[in-house]
This record gives sequence, structure tokens and C-alpha cells, in this order.
Amino acid sequence: MITISEVSKWYGTFQALKRCSTAVDKGEVVVVCGPSGSGKSTLIKCVNGLEPFDEGRIVVDGVSVGDPATRLPRLRARIGMVFQHFELFPHLSVLRNLTLAPIKVLGRSKEEASEKSRRLLDRVGLAEHAHKYPGELSGGQQQRVAIARALAMDPVAMLFDEPTSALDPEMIKEVLDTMVALAREGMTMMVVTHEMGFARQVAHRVVFMDKGEIVEDAPTADFFAKPHSERAQTFLSKILQH
Amino acid sequence: MLGRFDFDVIVRALPYLFYDGMTFTLTLTAVATAGGIALGTLLAMMRLSRAGPMSALAAGYVNLMRSVPLVLMIFWLYFLMPYIGQWITGAAQPVRVGAYASSIVTFTLFEAAYFCEIMRAGIQSIPRGQVAAALALGMNYPTAMGYIVLPQAFRNMIPVLLTQTIILFQDTSLVYVLSITDFLGAASKVAQRDGRLVEMYLFAALVYFVISLAASQGVRAIERRTAIIR
Repeated sequence: MITISEVSKWYGTFQALKRCSTAVDKGEVVVVCGPSGSGKSTLIKCVNGLEPFDEGRIVVDGVSVGDPATRLPRLRARIGMVFQHFELFPHLSVLRNLTLAPIKVLGRSKEEASEKSRRLLDRVGLAEHAHKYPGELSGGQQQRVAIARALAMDPVAMLFDEPTSALDPEMIKEVLDTMVALAREGMTMMVVTHEMGFARQVAHRVVFMDKGEIVEDAPTADFFAKPHSERAQTFLSKILQH
Repeated sequence: MLGRFDFDVIVRALPYLFYDGMTFTLTLTAVATAGGIALGTLLAMMRLSRAGPMSALAAGYVNLMRSVPLVLMIFWLYFLMPYIGQWITGAAQPVRVGAYASSIVTFTLFEAAYFCEIMRAGIQSIPRGQVAAALALGMNYPTAMGYIVLPQAFRNMIPVLLTQTIILFQDTSLVYVLSITDFLGAASKVAQRDGRLVEMYLFAALVYFVISLAASQGVRAIERRTAIIR
């Protein structure tokens, strides 16, 4: 579904990504972790072309992201993305947040989009908040709305960029539960996160990045049992202590 | 001085002052505000675009307009517009453009430069993540601008835009240089005709003061109501 091969990216002279290669198969859940500044967010933003990259190739569902001939809006419409800071549209109601893109981008009718959006809101447990504005919801609720908004486009894959990093601890679980449910339904997911519990629970593979490089790319059980690299071992020992 | 103050002059001139004068003042203010915001928003998007020449063109326009006195622009366009019109249409004679039409065009073009800067600040106040989220949903640039960025930018800037409109309302009095009968022009004409300068200019000042003050109070009320909850 997603193939990343030999991708490099520079910010001026600083190399943010160093020949990164990995892949996410259909129905697979891949967790990307690593210390901050390791390039994981940059990498996931390259997948839907929000960040350009300088070398290498990313192919999503048969479409090359870096190809200048690729119509990025069309590609992005099929890949859902959830951001660290939710990025709901504060001037629109929750329902309108969900229906806007299906109406404007996919050309769905208002009725069809509203009906589907209400079903999705119900699924993330927020049906009664449809008429509210994002600012009236808690962080956890906002992030669940953001997930529903991405799902409203019927994506073939979902990208999560640190979806729980901006949340208070007591709200992390509600968002993770929603993501676990999504993973169990067979959604293809690429998730940048520090939530190792989530990784253990649903990830098929874990990718570990450090200093712009993919240091480790292993099945979940292997990654937690015996990481090959010293850097991954150090990272895990730090993050799993508590 | 006030002993000889003639209120009757004011009363008799009221229909002329308001029906002829104020109507034009308000029309000019409304048209220049609407046109200025539309053109200004376009200029702001050009200024913020990554295309170098577009950005430079908009920046040049804004800097030019903001560096020239408004009175000069009014004169300039009034005397030049007939020739510009001739040049564009290829007519044999300079195109006749009345003082009214000329002043409306001038104010729209001039105010666009100020509204551009306001809208630019408004657009820049929207977090980049909002654009990223819109693009990630498959929206193209115009859709993201039209439905996500501009509505928020506009709402954030409503108080500043309205304040600029109040300034514009006061500045419209400068059309007196073209002998146009705006509110101040009308008051001035009555004052000259009847030799009642004190009464007419005091009254004109009072009317501008009351309208501007009431409007700025209104802006403050709107400011409290339109804030978006984040």
C-alpha cells in the first residue's frame, strides 16, 4: 500500500531524512517511534506530500508521491491524516468539519455526507456533539472528531502524526481505544507515536528512527524482545521504565 | 460669538446636507470598503504567494499607494483617468469620467492597499496546521483558502477592518478638492453661500464625531461577539 524507498530530505545543509526505506502493506499497522527530532514526523508527512523530499521514491496505492505529474489533492483525498494538534477547523461545527471535504472534494451531496458523518461521529462516541464547535470539546474529543473527519473521506490508509502527544494523560486512552478499534477493523495505518502499549497491542511492525535514519524495522514481538541496535535498546529502556 | 449663533441656518440646510451630502459620503464609504476589501484580499494572497513576480507586484502596489498622499491620488486619477480610459478603449477623445466615478475608483484603489495589509496579517495569523489539514483532506489551494483560511482570517480581522472603514469614512471628506457635494462639501457650500462658517463647520464636525464615535462603539461590541473559541 505504502512503499518508501531510499528517501532523503535536507533542510538547507541539515539532512532530516537519510535514505529511509520501509513499507506498509494493506491492512497492516506500522508504528514509527524514536526520539524527538529523529525525523519520524517529517517522514510521515512525506507520505502524503505535505513535505517534499529530495531523493528517493514513495509510492502510495500505485501512485508516486514525488512525481511532478501526480495530482496531490487527488492522492491526499484517499489518505487520511490525523495531526498532533488536531487541526479541526474552529469556525465550523463538528458536523461541518466532517462534511466539508466530502462535499467539496468528492462531490458528495450534502445529505449523503451528513448521514455518513453522523454515523462516523456515532462510531467515535460523539454523536451528540455534532452541532457544537471544536472549541467546546475536550482535547480527546477533538482528536476523535479529527479521526472521524479523516474517515469521512473513505481513506485507503490512515497516517497518524503523534496523535496523543498533545493530550492530557486521562484523554489519551479514549483516542487510543478509537485507534485500536480502527486497527482491528483492518485499516492500513502508519502511526508515529511513543505509545508503546498501543504498539504492542495492535502493531504488526515497529520502525525505529534516530537522527533521520531508520535504524530498526522489525515485527512487533521481535522489536520489543530483542532490538538489534544499541540506540533502540537505549530508547526502549528509557521509554518503558514507567 | 455664540450669541449670534444661527441654528436656523443648520435646520434649513439639513435636507441638502443629508440627502445630497451624506448620501454620497456613505455611498463612497460603502463602495470603497467593499471594493477595497475584495481587491485587498486578492493583493494579500498575491503578496503571500510563493511566485516571486506576483508577490513583488502586489508589494510594489501597496508600497506605492501607502507612500503617496491621498489628496494627490484623488487629483492624479481625476485628471489622468480620462487619458487612461482613452488608452484602454482606443477612443479618439479622452474618455469622460465624472468626479463622482473618479473618486469612487480612487478610494477603492487606495484603500485596497490598507485592506491588503490587514488581510495579510489576518491570513498569517492562521496556524499553518490549518492549511496542512485542509490539504491533507484533498482540498486544492483555492478551496483551502476559500473555506478554511479566509473565513477565519476575515473573522479575526473584522474589528480592524471596521476601524479602517471608520477612518475611510472620515477621509472621504477629501473629495472636496474635486468640488464634490459630499457631506462636508455640502456644509461648505452652505457656509460660503450664507456666510455662516462657524455654524456649518461646527455642525459638520459634530456629525462626523457622533457617527465615528457611535461606529467605534459598535465595533467594540462586535469584537466581543465574533471571537472564535479555540
